[in-house]
Amino acid sequence: MDVTFSKDEIAFRDEVRDFFQTEYPADLLDKQNRGISLSKDDYVRSMKALHKRGWAGVNWPVEYGGTGWSPVQKYLFAIEMAEANALDIIAFGLNMVGPVIYTFGTEEQKQRFLPDILASNVWWCQGYSEPGSGSDLASLKMRADRAGDHYIVNGTKTWTTLGQFADWIFLLARTTTDVARRQEGISFLLVDMSTPGVSVKPIITIEGDHEVNEIHFEDVKVPVENLVGEEGKGWTYGKVLLQHERTNIAGVARSKVRLNRLYEQTKNSIRGAAPLSDDRNFMRRLAAVEVELKALEYTELRTLAAVASGTAPGPESSILKIKGTELQQAIDTLYVDAAGYYSLPFVPEQYGPDFAGERLGDGAETKTLLKYFNYRKASIYGGSNEIQKNIISKHVLGL
Amino acid sequence: MRQAMNFSLDDTQTMLADSIEKFIENDYDFESRQKYSGSDTGFSIDVWKMFAELGWTAVPFSEDDGGFGGSPIDVMIMMQRFGRALIVEPYLANIILSGGILRRAANAEQRERWLHPIIAGDLHASLAFVEPQGRYDLANIATTASAEGDGWILDGRKGYVLNGRNAELLLVPARTSGAQSDADGITLFAIDASTDGVSIDDYPTVDGHQAAEIVLDDVRVDSEAVIGNVDAGFAALDATIDDATLAVCAEAVGIMQVLKDKTVEYAKNRIQFGVPIGSFQALQHRMVDMLTDCEQSQSLLMWATMVNAAGQSDAKRAISAIKYKIGTTGRKVGEEAVQIHGGMGVSWELDIAHYFKRLVTIGQIFGNADWHLDKLAA
Ligand SMILES: Cc1cc2nc3c(=O)[nH]c(=O)nc-3n(C[C@H](O)[C@H](O)[C@H](O)COP(=O)(O)OP(=O)(O)OC[C@H]3O[C@@H](n4cnc5c(N)ncnc54)[C@H](O)[C@@H]3O)c2cc1C
Repeated sequence: MDVTFSKDEIAFRDEVRDFFQTEYPADLLDKQNRGISLSKDDYVRSMKALHKRGWAGVNWPVEYGGTGWSPVQKYLFAIEMAEANALDIIAFGLNMVGPVIYTFGTEEQKQRFLPDILASNVWWCQGYSEPGSGSDLASLKMRADRAGDHYIVNGTKTWTTLGQFADWIFLLARTTTDVARRQEGISFLLVDMSTPGVSVKPIITIEGDHEVNEIHFEDVKVPVENLVGEEGKGWTYGKVLLQHERTNIAGVARSKVRLNRLYEQTKNSIRGAAPLSDDRNFMRRLAAVEVELKALEYTELRTLAAVASGTAPGPESSILKIKGTELQQAIDTLYVDAAGYYSLPFVPEQYGPDFAGERLGDGAETKTLLKYFNYRKASIYGGSNEIQKNIISKHVLGL
Repeated sequence: MRQAMNFSLDDTQTMLADSIEKFIENDYDFESRQKYSGSDTGFSIDVWKMFAELGWTAVPFSEDDGGFGGSPIDVMIMMQRFGRALIVEPYLANIILSGGILRRAANAEQRERWLHPIIAGDLHASLAFVEPQGRYDLANIATTASAEGDGWILDGRKGYVLNGRNAELLLVPARTSGAQSDADGITLFAIDASTDGVSIDDYPTVDGHQAAEIVLDDVRVDSEAVIGNVDAGFAALDATIDDATLAVCAEAVGIMQVLKDKTVEYAKNRIQFGVPIGSFQALQHRMVDMLTDCEQSQSLLMWATMVNAAGQSDAKRAISAIKYKIGTTGRKVGEEAVQIHGGMGVSWELDIAHYFKRLVTIGQIFGNADWHLDKLAA
């Protein structure tokens, strides 16, 4: 056991830091720092910048163009990326469908899909949830019926994040209904969003944004070669993906940076007679969050180390998901409390790239309350926190 | 014999409660609320006129002012029901805040000129009690008023002026002497919103209401603009904010009850794993906690309202207690309602999200939980 970094690791960290300072698009960092709403193109440019440096496939094996980094390197990269305030990586391609394809796909699928995922040439979205199947994903009703060299897909996916931007969607759909267990007969399909019969309908969420969608599939023809792995075994692949998703959701590095910024803000924001840092109630709550976050940082490092020694993230990834999202939400709450009355304006247009006036309510972060509302989703998606606890009690505790 | 403890409503109170409930049931569903909230005024002028016709705007005022002579208990009854329907009409801005200042501090002529049209539903007014640097400290007032000749010149900036979009009359606490956070030296001014030098920048708020930032730049008013005595405005301001705090707590308790009821209902009907999600103990216990928090909040609310109505010495403590409760477990009840609704809880289309947003907003105004806990621990 050793918590100090080696010389090589420090050199690596400096290299990453330098990249974000000199090579990564400065206008994107500026947008981030000013809290300006981001476009699809912004995200794509960000991921392409990482790709250009060879750093898009953080978790990917080297043979598919990944970094092959050690856990410590991944950790340092995440911290530096958050410190720089770079844009988040959109997970659907790089962290979700990519790993499924390189683990379970055919050679042909790997060659066809992986390069475009790595280069962010194609935007993916995740089609798991359905109106009647959220937590109970295995009850999903979408049908993919075999007809010659095609599947005919019918059904509805919902809550599809950024589906309005997507070129492709990965789906769980039922290929057989005659099964002993509901988890059987589900297949993992890759579908081109421009196929006739696919229609995307926006869902507006609590903070007023269009981030999720309902997607209807009506007699959508999907070539059989777009099936990943074996027919009817999609549940297994989908689960592996969910475990990756859960570790990614934790967002420890981002939370650390946000908490540090909040500390700075408390010193500088004069509220009434004294700075917020004189408010003992507030500072105690902040310190309590810091303790939990430090613990989670090391829990994550321990999980990463286990993954590096060869195991895919197991049920322990549920701990990261639960704690990570709880802490994100706790930090959101602290920001809101710090902003007081100035958390309340609902003026999304003031975060547009062309807004010229004086903005209301800016602190170390903008949109504090909107972010708080938006991030209530974090304990709901990726398998709700209740479902994570069910997983832990069953698979870790054996209850 | 009159009983010492009595938690039930008397006949007039029951009538008031019934009439509001009937109005909500017949005329104020969630779709109407969303429509009014999204309209140019941010609420319905017709509904507001109706509030006046039904006498609801007159409730907290004395009979001399053309009021109903109601007590804080009547206000509680109303606000709790307004909360249940997420009403966006400016009861807080016009009646509780502006009306509260005027009925406490204004002279007869000023009452005639401003308070009576407010009660009649003809004049929109707002109290500018927030300053950007002041956080929750009411006495922290940097806006200045300096005497010039017979009148005054005001300069400063006010934030979160409720119903700022429609306010025709602004009630502005300004510093006429003393240091920036002294309670002494604050004077209340009534300023026509169209006066030169007043600029109003209004914006929607996350809860579907609207407010404004107001800049006062060399605003000149005559001596009749002063409400009450020079340098002695704080007492009326403080008492009015206490009323307003209690009022929004009543609104919040109404909201919490709706969130709890709707969540239980949803849990009975949403099927996952072949059973209603309400059959999972992990969720059952949390809904029990929601119920407990609703009941505890209702109790604190009634206690705080009754000691205020009776003018007892622990009134301020009671207000801080209920406001702290709303700011902590109130927010928690909202978060749980959203969580148990799953994705539906964060969808704009469903009312849950909007109840939650109003509840969180109430936690943020008139002192958040930390602020009131400090008062209790002082
Ligand atoms: C903003 C957002 C983005 C999303 N993005 C995507 C996406 O891109 N792709 C995608 O496929 N899905 C996405 N989802 C869907 C998400 O995965 C589901 O919302 C989630 O699985 C919960 O399902 P549900 O909403 O149907 O809630 P339900 O399953 O109906 O759950 C309701 C409540 O019951 C609880 N519950 C359910 N079962 C149990 C149990 N056995 N024990 C205890 N408690 C239980 C839940 O935890 C929850 O609190 C997104 C959701 C949101 C809100």
